Amino acid sequence: MLEIDELTVAYGWPGRPLVPAVRDVNLTVDAGEVVGIAGESGCGKTTLALAATGLLDPPGRVLSGSVRYQGTDLVSLSPEERRALRLSEISMVFQASMNVLNPVMRIRDQFLDGMAAHGVRSSEEARARAEETFDLVKIPRRYFDAYPHQLSGGMRQRAVIALALVLRPKLLFLDEPTTALDVVVQRSILQSLNDLRHELGFGVVFITHDLSLLVEIADRIAIMYAGAVVEEAAARDLYKKPCHPYTRSLMSAFPPIGGARQRLESISGQPPDMRHLPAGCSFAPRCPEVIAGTCERLDPPSIRVDGGQVVVCHLYSEKEARIG
Amino acid sequence: MSPRALLANRRAAVGASILGFFALVALLAPLIAPYSPSDTNSTPMLPMSAKHLLGTTTNGQDIFSQLVWGTRTSLSVGLLTGTMICLVQLVMGVFSGYVGGKADTTLSSVTNVFLVLPTLPLLIVLAAYLQGGSLLVLVGVITITGWAWGARVLRAQAIALRDRPFVEAARISGESRWHIVLAHIVPNMLGIMVANFFGAALFAVLAEAGLEFIGLGDINSVTWGTMLYWAQNSEAMLQGMWVWLLAPGLCILLLGTSLGLLNFAVDEIANPNLRRD
Amino acid sequence: MASALEPVVGTEEIAEAPVLEVRGLTKHYSVGRLGRQKTVHALSDIDLSVEKGEVLGLVGESGSGKTTFIRTVLQLDRPTAGEIRVQGGEALPKRPSSRRLREHRRQVQMIFQDPYSSLDSLHTVRYSVTRPLRAFGIVPRRAEREAVEELFTQVGLVPAGAFLDRHPYQLSGGQRQRVGVARALAARPALILADEPTSMLDVSIRLSIMNLLLDLQRSKALSLVFVTHDLAGAYYMSDRIAIMYAGHLLEVGPSSEVMGEPRHPYTQLLRRAAPDPEGHFDRDTQFEAQGDPPDLTSLPAGCPFAPRCPFVRDECQTALPEWREIGARHRVRCVLYGPASDGHPGTAPA
Repeated sequence: MLEIDELTVAYGWPGRPLVPAVRDVNLTVDAGEVVGIAGESGCGKTTLALAATGLLDPPGRVLSGSVRYQGTDLVSLSPEERRALRLSEISMVFQASMNVLNPVMRIRDQFLDGMAAHGVRSSEEARARAEETFDLVKIPRRYFDAYPHQLSGGMRQRAVIALALVLRPKLLFLDEPTTALDVVVQRSILQSLNDLRHELGFGVVFITHDLSLLVEIADRIAIMYAGAVVEEAAARDLYKKPCHPYTRSLMSAFPPIGGARQRLESISGQPPDMRHLPAGCSFAPRCPEVIAGTCERLDPPSIRVDGGQVVVCHLYSEKEARIG
Repeated sequence: MSPRALLANRRAAVGASILGFFALVALLAPLIAPYSPSDTNSTPMLPMSAKHLLGTTTNGQDIFSQLVWGTRTSLSVGLLTGTMICLVQLVMGVFSGYVGGKADTTLSSVTNVFLVLPTLPLLIVLAAYLQGGSLLVLVGVITITGWAWGARVLRAQAIALRDRPFVEAARISGESRWHIVLAHIVPNMLGIMVANFFGAALFAVLAEAGLEFIGLGDINSVTWGTMLYWAQNSEAMLQGMWVWLLAPGLCILLLGTSLGLLNFAVDEIANPNLRRD
Repeated sequence: MASALEPVVGTEEIAEAPVLEVRGLTKHYSVGRLGRQKTVHALSDIDLSVEKGEVLGLVGESGSGKTTFIRTVLQLDRPTAGEIRVQGGEALPKRPSSRRLREHRRQVQMIFQDPYSSLDSLHTVRYSVTRPLRAFGIVPRRAEREAVEELFTQVGLVPAGAFLDRHPYQLSGGQRQRVGVARALAARPALILADEPTSMLDVSIRLSIMNLLLDLQRSKALSLVFVTHDLAGAYYMSDRIAIMYAGHLLEVGPSSEVMGEPRHPYTQLLRRAAPDPEGHFDRDTQFEAQGDPPDLTSLPAGCPFAPRCPFVRDECQTALPEWREIGARHRVRCVLYGPASDGHPGTAPA
């Protein structure tokens, strides 16, 4: 349904060199699938989502590659065409979007506005559809006429999700939708999202830094570091057998919640400054398994490991065996 | 808030230049003024000439020399009073806001009382009451009437800062209250305090000039305000000696403007939201 | 490369006085304007003790009172009621003098949550760490620089000399937090209260800070209270875990027991809600959490969790349940565990 092909996005301010944000990313999302994108702040995951949903504003620009939605390349469309697709086909829920609701407008007005922009003129129809979506997202209907500040954080997030779903899009991008929420509320919302997915059949791209969460809710996961995908696998495979050293360190940031308590080792350093990316593998300076002489000079190859797992690393060869 | 930022701002540059000019004049007064200001040996009521740049008063004093020497007094009294006001505000506003509790309630009640009292009548009444007005009395009177408004502003800011984590961390680190106020609170509201100082100095300069003009200052001292007093008393306008009134009046205006400009400029620098250019 | 983490403190009786002992700690405050004031019950009747050399994880969601707990123990806010005792000494008076407060804070220190606002950006980091050294008289003045360098080295800011004169904005979040740790250590306290020290850090930095705290805690026989909303983090760090809800303490016990077999229905709810890749791989199991988060201005009589509890009984709504001991140093505040309980509830599933 969605095919991202060698997408490269950068930010350019006048008079300064381009700062890469997304580098040669390939990603596909099939109908009804949940694809997770995990990475820390600055790895490019939000930029990727903005570019894919056509919401990337200058100074961000797509330098090359394509984002094909059901065959059509979104990058080549005009802003009006992209806007037409938004909400009705591809929708997005931003980070901390419970704060994105206009505090001086009632919730219903924000819904009606959005729907009117997509041709749902009659307000009775719009209201009916919106209230139906509210039911699906498990918000009591009475909040429809309320102001955002009258709802709790969790409710507001549900409202924003409802807004994103009201025109029944086929693909939903979620960027850290539950980060600011308590764990019980988070789980409820994710549960509702899952139920909705079964009912409405949309695909989901779920972006977060919380890898432990993704392992539970995603079908496939892509790990991003410094603007590039370093590993991609089915969620369960990724958890059982993380191949890329960065994936392993990301996993250890989420210690297990049961079993024998064991010390995990952390890696030092920080993600690179995107303005001064090192040659070769961008993770080499911090990698505990770096191959001296190779990793800092050559770009790591993309290797297919058994079971459909893809890892971008010098430690693996085409023979699907680990080297070094 | 760096000196460089200050100079880059147009308002600050103009204000600082004027203030600097007056400061220079005040410092170099003995070198610039051709006559002693109280020297009455010149012919009275002379017009502007090469020998008497601004003419002479009805008493035969050189107006230009008076102006130059008056700069020293007016400027120093103004800045001194401004400083005194700020010190009072430090206690009544900043410290009070930081410590909170009963002390704050008491001190801010006092502040509110002073806020309510009308400034101008109070100034006049106090100055008149404390007769024999030396300049120090003037400083005292102006300080008493001028501290309340700024104290309220500073208190509000101190209250906002007191809940910041780094201030709480300083408490946990065992710091004493005054140390926290001076090392953490004040530096983090330096912009407002400096702007406030200029505001206080402006008030002081104008209040001083005003009180002197109506004769409540030390009429034997040489300041711009007393020049105005004597000029007015000697019916300078009727005699066509407009320079005698204009010169000190203009100086007061310019000094006031420079302080006002610096007040705005520092406010702007400290609060980027206010920036326009 | 992993090694097992053994608890430093066994579950048998402890000979020394606890490093921190809190009894009946309560904090209420009013909000709102005159005539429309409400009372927020931020903390209600907390009984808790921390032993020497132990790490206690204090877990709760937002509004649970965990931050209020830290603030009242450190007297940043004055408690409404209750007793606080450090290292078996005298309880803190209602209105401690500044000398008494300083003595208290020399023994109990804090690490703040936000590394970006807990250091005064107008001073060097050296200044921030030197102040407690001076205020508590830890070393003579001439030895201060050396002491700060030593502290920096201990928290991983090496070479220490290079960091001394930097300002906070020149450091990363992780480095700033290390400065915060150094500052807390400067007083040579017996106990450190860490208020969600990793929640504002990048994910890959969190583990290194947690490991740093564990290493320091071990090498200096420090006690640590690790406040967090993250169960996994609490489990990794703590010997014992205490669960808070709506200002109340609901369950306290050894980590392996509280996480492995949570007793209180709220603990069970938390456990099920937390991401756990090891445990549930079935996305489709239903997660039911009825009810709304508690409103601290109008808590129900009785157990605060009663409105949302799947096992609620009548008695829960009339009075707060008593504490029930259900194992070595494991207690629960729930009617499901009868007085002579063997640790397993009568009718509730484990």
